[in-house]
Amino acid sequence: MSRAVPRAVHPAAWWVWALGLAVAVSTTSNPVLLLLALAVAAFVVASRRGSSPWARAFRLYLYLGLAIIVLRVVLHVLVGLKIGTILLVRLPEATLPAWAAGIQLGGDLYLEGLLAAAVLGLRLAVIIACVGAANALANPKRLLRTLPNALHEIGAAVVVSVSVAPQLAESVQRVRRARQLRGDATRGLRAVPAVALPVLEDTLEHSLLLASAMDSRGYGRTPQVPPGHRLGTGLLTLGGLLACAVGLYGVLDATTPAVMGSPTLVLGLALAGAGLWLGGRHVTRSTYRPDPWRTAEWVTAGSGVLAAAAFLVLARTAPEALAMPAFPLGVPALPLPAVAGLLVAGLPAVLTPEPPRPVSRRPVRGAREVVAHG
Amino acid sequence: MAEPAIVLEHVSVVPPEGAEPVLRDVDLVVEEGELALVVGRTGSGKSTLLGAMCGRVPHFTGGTLHGRVLVHGRDTRTHRPRDLADVVGVVGQDPLAGFVTDTVEEELAYAMEQLGLPAATMRKRVEETLDLLGIPELRGVPLRELSGGQQQRVAIGSVLTAHPSVILLDEPTSALDPTGAEEVLATITRLVHDLGVTVVVAEHRVERVLHHADRVVHVAPGGTVHAGLPAEVMRTSDIASPVVELGRWAGWSPLPLSVRDARRAAGPLRAHLRPDANRPVPRATAAGAAPVLRARSAVVRHPGDVLAVAGVDLELRPGQVTALMGRNGSGKSSLLWVLQGSGRLAAGTVEVTGADGAPVDPAALAPGPRRRRVGLVPQTATDLLYLDTVAGECAQADKESGAPEGTCARTLARLAPGIPGPRHPRDLSEGQRLALVLAVQLTADPPVLLLDEPTRGLDPSAKATLAATLRDLAARGRSVVVSTHDVEFVAECADRVVVLATGEVVADGTTADVVVSSPAFAPQVAKVLAPGPWLTVADVRAAVAALAEAPR
Repeated sequence: MSRAVPRAVHPAAWWVWALGLAVAVSTTSNPVLLLLALAVAAFVVASRRGSSPWARAFRLYLYLGLAIIVLRVVLHVLVGLKIGTILLVRLPEATLPAWAAGIQLGGDLYLEGLLAAAVLGLRLAVIIACVGAANALANPKRLLRTLPNALHEIGAAVVVSVSVAPQLAESVQRVRRARQLRGDATRGLRAVPAVALPVLEDTLEHSLLLASAMDSRGYGRTPQVPPGHRLGTGLLTLGGLLACAVGLYGVLDATTPAVMGSPTLVLGLALAGAGLWLGGRHVTRSTYRPDPWRTAEWVTAGSGVLAAAAFLVLARTAPEALAMPAFPLGVPALPLPAVAGLLVAGLPAVLTPEPPRPVSRRPVRGAREVVAHG
Repeated sequence: MAEPAIVLEHVSVVPPEGAEPVLRDVDLVVEEGELALVVGRTGSGKSTLLGAMCGRVPHFTGGTLHGRVLVHGRDTRTHRPRDLADVVGVVGQDPLAGFVTDTVEEELAYAMEQLGLPAATMRKRVEETLDLLGIPELRGVPLRELSGGQQQRVAIGSVLTAHPSVILLDEPTSALDPTGAEEVLATITRLVHDLGVTVVVAEHRVERVLHHADRVVHVAPGGTVHAGLPAEVMRTSDIASPVVELGRWAGWSPLPLSVRDARRAAGPLRAHLRPDANRPVPRATAAGAAPVLRARSAVVRHPGDVLAVAGVDLELRPGQVTALMGRNGSGKSSLLWVLQGSGRLAAGTVEVTGADGAPVDPAALAPGPRRRRVGLVPQTATDLLYLDTVAGECAQADKESGAPEGTCARTLARLAPGIPGPRHPRDLSEGQRLALVLAVQLTADPPVLLLDEPTRGLDPSAKATLAATLRDLAARGRSVVVSTHDVEFVAECADRVVVLATGEVVADGTTADVVVSSPAFAPQVAKVLAPGPWLTVADVRAAVAALAEAPR
């Protein structure tokens, strides 16, 4: 493998990495580790994201996380159970009837409770940042292309519906501008019918055009499938999903017999997999320039898994190191395995090839390129 | 001889909701390697004919198809469009509407992925197609950022990669500026000449394709189809290019189809007209009236640091039809929107004569009074319509404009007689819909009327009606601005032409001055009779009549 050639790392590898980081984060309430994980995610995003619009969306996830922390703290002040010893502010408290015993409306504010609430908010914010990192690093459309053949048509439908959204916004803007031309300055709810109808008609027309274009280009083209095969595919998939449901129930409910647990779940997964395989065998479809899975992908996915493993092991062996010492308040610990795990998760930032450079864009308006016609 | 590419045997098509067939007993053969041009009025069944050739009719549209359609031996009754994807490629009017992916390279590969071609073949064909279209540098560019001509070429390329033997194009150049249209047509002729692909193309602007066509298929309003050699069909066709009309009028035989042929035949006519060549063509010219709208150094910016209009000075006088020309993206629409006052001006001023005669900034007016000063028909005119009947729209327009009841309906009856009031606006033809929007905007009776590409999708007769309407408005003292790519339409109706490029005015003068010398904007008659000042067949007719009346 050569890191000299810029290329996009397989989107699935980024998702494994991000989910591993998220799992690691979910086991801890240690603010130092949480902030370190956030820094690692941000570092990798900053060094390996592409030039696409969704790559720039990481910031939005950070804002969302910030909003969650603020919301969590505000909720704590309003309705949280306030406990602790270090009094911050005295606030009036409303008396609630007995049936609402778990809720404390207002009341004196203590430092310990406030910090605990903020850290819980921070944990959720970092998990969301991990998902945001995956989204920024992995092109969602390329991820859908890696779906098994049998699910290809669903993937295409998702891609199309995603690309319709900006079109819809454009359409709304255009129609609202046009309303002004008829001297209509109504805003708010009363303007909805006048805008919605042309937009809906426009969207419907567009969808039909797109559908017929896709049809003429061979979308959904399948050779004749023997009825036996089709029945087999259906039975396998349906049976597999049913077994999965029963198995999950068995795994989650400890009172059920052991057979209903993991064995049923594994059987269900196998059946569903076989169904997908059988269904996909009849889809004659190929992928243009499929993303390869090479060393960089193993490094990326592996580093995420390793981080998760470090935290999970630590959670069994030394859970107190992962927790925030709140009662009494103390300095959080810095467990070596966890820190090492997080640093390993930062490796993809340097060990993966660089993303492809953005295409040099000509000026969109005005200048026209010179074309030589042979 | 090889089997024909497309065979239609006794084909009749009845739409799902109607009893009247759109196509009636059509027998048609398109030989392999031919370029067939389909002409006909709007709504005559051109699109249905193309749809029948690729299986969209009736598999996608519904309705009943009688008879038999064979495409390279495959019967469309048993083959759905997707089963024909490897023999027939279809390119629509709006390339953006048919794009599935979002970059050039992926779009080119899409059809091949559906056909399940091996990865190595796909890679090779994508490269070949990029070269064939002359756009290798655009491979990774998002499709939305391409110019119209480039988008249409990518759309052609995206069906070409599947190596179909037939390509169907439904009005591929209707949304393009003359240069973009040239690019696309050059690509199409290259397909026919170098690759031996059979091409069937439906086109309103006959003049663009006629001289390349091997066969012309004329769809008459009743749904009957007549096919033959171009010169033979053009003799009687109700849709013809100006060159053909000139040839028919002058009685040239064989009938010229291209400017080149016509120029060779027009020697005697040019000699006959020579003494008259310096006399200006009589046209309504603006009197020295005070301008009704005045823009000074108007600047418009769009998000993303795009300078759409870069300091335009423009004065509009009453009684004048001004054509606004320029390639796609040169700032025509942006300029019209700020002239109307609904668009945002980054710098400069726009002033329009107010109700009291004093100049007023239209942007400072409320939308209601604003449209009584300046009316605008936007590019997608249907955005203005939101009620479910024509009568409802008319009544609403009267209410909005404070006009007496029935004003809009009367205007509509004058512009397009015979539209039933209870009809849904979406069920009207392009020309009728434009007439409805025009009537709605004229109800406010603005002294200045702006139209943004109204000729898109109009057939020649609808265009002639529109030209007459605009001339009539000008004659009644209104000032009309129309942005368009259609040089023949400009020759028919404009007094003055303003050419925009990269947001600046690069030419501004009378139609003859601006248009005759321009290689891209000259109408066909001007090219045939250059250096004479005549732009349309009517001009020539008038000049000949004047010569006959007053001999030297």
